[in-house]
Amino acid sequence: MQRSDTPEQAEFRTEVREWLEAHAEPRKGEGDWSNGPREHTPEAEAAYFERCREWQRTRFDGGFACITWPEKYGGRGGTPVQEIIYGQEEAHFDVTAGFLPASISLVGPALMRHGSVEQCKRYLRPLMRGEETWCQLFSEPDAGSDLAAVRTRAERDGDEFVVNGQKLWTTSAQHCDYGILLARTNAEAPKHAGITFLLVDMKIPGIEVRPLITMKGDRHFNEVFFTDVRVDVANVCGEIDRGWAVAKTTLANESMMIGTGTQTQGTTASLVQYAMDHGRWEDPLVRQRVAEAYVQERLLGFLRDRLQEAVLEGRMPDVDGSVMKILWSESRTLRAEVGLDIQGTDGLLAGDDAFDHAYWQQLVLDRSMGSVGGGTLEVHRNGIGERVLGLAREPRADRDVAFRDLKTSTEG
Amino acid sequence: MAFILSEEQAEFRDTLRRFFSETTPSDDVRRLMDTAEGYDASVWSTMAEELGLQGVPFDERHGGQGFGLDELCIVAGELGRALVPCPYFASVVLAGGVLKHVASEAQREALLPRIASGAVATLALVEPGQGRWDATSIRMETPPEADDGRLTGIKDVVLDGTTAEIILVVTRSPGSRGWEGLSVHWLEAPIEGMQPKALQPMDATRKLARLHFNGARSQVLGQPGEAGPALQVALDEALVALCAEMVGGMEFVHESAVDYARSRHQFGRPIGSFQAIKHKCADVQIDLEGARAAICAARDAAGSDEFPLLASIAKAHCSDAYYRATQENVQIHGGVGFTWEYDAHLYLRRAKSSQQLLGDADQHRERIARTLEAHA
Repeated sequence: MQRSDTPEQAEFRTEVREWLEAHAEPRKGEGDWSNGPREHTPEAEAAYFERCREWQRTRFDGGFACITWPEKYGGRGGTPVQEIIYGQEEAHFDVTAGFLPASISLVGPALMRHGSVEQCKRYLRPLMRGEETWCQLFSEPDAGSDLAAVRTRAERDGDEFVVNGQKLWTTSAQHCDYGILLARTNAEAPKHAGITFLLVDMKIPGIEVRPLITMKGDRHFNEVFFTDVRVDVANVCGEIDRGWAVAKTTLANESMMIGTGTQTQGTTASLVQYAMDHGRWEDPLVRQRVAEAYVQERLLGFLRDRLQEAVLEGRMPDVDGSVMKILWSESRTLRAEVGLDIQGTDGLLAGDDAFDHAYWQQLVLDRSMGSVGGGTLEVHRNGIGERVLGLAREPRADRDVAFRDLKTSTEG
Repeated sequence: MAFILSEEQAEFRDTLRRFFSETTPSDDVRRLMDTAEGYDASVWSTMAEELGLQGVPFDERHGGQGFGLDELCIVAGELGRALVPCPYFASVVLAGGVLKHVASEAQREALLPRIASGAVATLALVEPGQGRWDATSIRMETPPEADDGRLTGIKDVVLDGTTAEIILVVTRSPGSRGWEGLSVHWLEAPIEGMQPKALQPMDATRKLARLHFNGARSQVLGQPGEAGPALQVALDEALVALCAEMVGGMEFVHESAVDYARSRHQFGRPIGSFQAIKHKCADVQIDLEGARAAICAARDAAGSDEFPLLASIAKAHCSDAYYRATQENVQIHGGVGFTWEYDAHLYLRRAKSSQQLLGDADQHRERIARTLEAHA
């Protein structure tokens, strides 16, 4: 950062640093546990999740979780500036709450903005403390980029909804206690106007979670099947049939979050040493590619600094979330590919036979986490075209049509 | 450059934008690029006398405005946006920058006020057959002290080399390499023993010349043989100003392409509603945001150890980004996009010349690689 802290910011930074030094170990490198589980066994992944949960609890108890949330909900009542300072300092330590801060900032604002007083009282504190973890039951086989096309049905039966259907790409569902669910409660209405946002206990009968193994080999995502699952009407967040508004609150947070994470998995500058170790650094093509990856990484860093600086100085950020997300995705892909290509034929290997326990192989296979997860690059390019540049939308075939009459992908 | 300007800076930019759109509309750009001198003398003198633009980066005691790289980037951005053919880059940015950093105080006092009031100056660095904008391209030998600084050799692609009256020439001590042993000479043209020859440029908005030296007398700026480090600083600052110029042009072609994508209809809908077009526009937007951020980062680091690296990052990115933006602009405009009458090709040509000027993206990536290597 070019700018220097104001006295209050400096004081907060010192407080954060002292607290972190007392509770965490400094970061060492790409082999740190905070970069994720090294093995892709269910046991290793569950242990990693528990470790994340533990760090979330430590953060909360130290007063550094949900820094910007109002005190009445259990937050610190702090500023976005403090949130940024915390993130900058935490990045120096070998700690992570993994997926939890992301899931917390998807669920929390939706509850605070649209949930009832009872729901907030019941769910927010355990959410923030990582005692109860939440997954996002949004995407479906026929509702990916076109999320409002969800088909999972919730039919009213007295004081309950009966839920039937299938969710897909649900991150960490196998570890989570609760889920936020988008379900179709009215198929006669146009598709955005018949969705309800439900809070669901993942332990109740009729919910089956099947982990999906990604091409990288981990169990990041799940399929979640609902068979006659009974959910109390009291668990509607917002209004019945008006769940799309609640969903938009969560989605707005998502792309910005993906592009702005302060955690970096190593830096491109380390690729230079890596290329030297593999005897490739004198190759002008390798030098060009490493330099290009480095340029991309720095551009992303400059934009992130600008964004944070705007917040720190109380201005509206002028950097678009979709731009950040695309640059982030493309820069990590480039770095991963260069890292693997440097190894030449050794790049053919995997597991313990490969360099760095196949760290680079894993990174290459993880490309889609950036290019599809949190909205495909194509959907974000549409967003830039329409939202930022004011270009016309594609003509839509799904406006003002009853959802039941809409074609979906499987019908061709 | 739209990035976080102070109120005064924004006002300055708006004034310049109005000034150039009134004094140098597209018709005048085309008229001027067909002339030998390549600029409008009366606009040039208004720029100096009424707006003080040629003095922007120089100290007040040197007849300048006492501004920094920020304001220089604003001027460069507006010149790039309107594609104003004039010797500003050669005179103020390149020669002025080199004088600022390399010359003795007495020499600065003698030369900078002249540049600030509109005298045209330039820097002769590249030599034929070398094709690179860096020290390795410099072969011309520094003459022995007893020889009145008589220069012999050829300098190539010298910006505004036929119109400049103050010419700065880079030479090297026999046996020296890289950035060591360099000297910068100053001479006043026309002069016996120096023949300028106009070259046909692909980008006619930048005039290029080949200078043949055959014993022209010159004086050394600063200390002979020790210009290298200061010359590098001057060239790095020029890189950032050039990137700002490129971003000015990039913003213009981007706006032009987006406007066209909004208004042009085919198949009963605006062409910008097709993803193939929308995504091109989005990609240019991403490139543009990266370019602006890179320039700001470099500008803010002026004078620090990281400045050369950040200047190269900016150039490596802007070189490719500006060229891509101009190509997409041609493509999005379809048939009219590649007519002579449309301005799209003027920007494409400018992007191409800007790519090469002060080193292309490959050259700067190689420099970045060397910097990273030094820190590995």
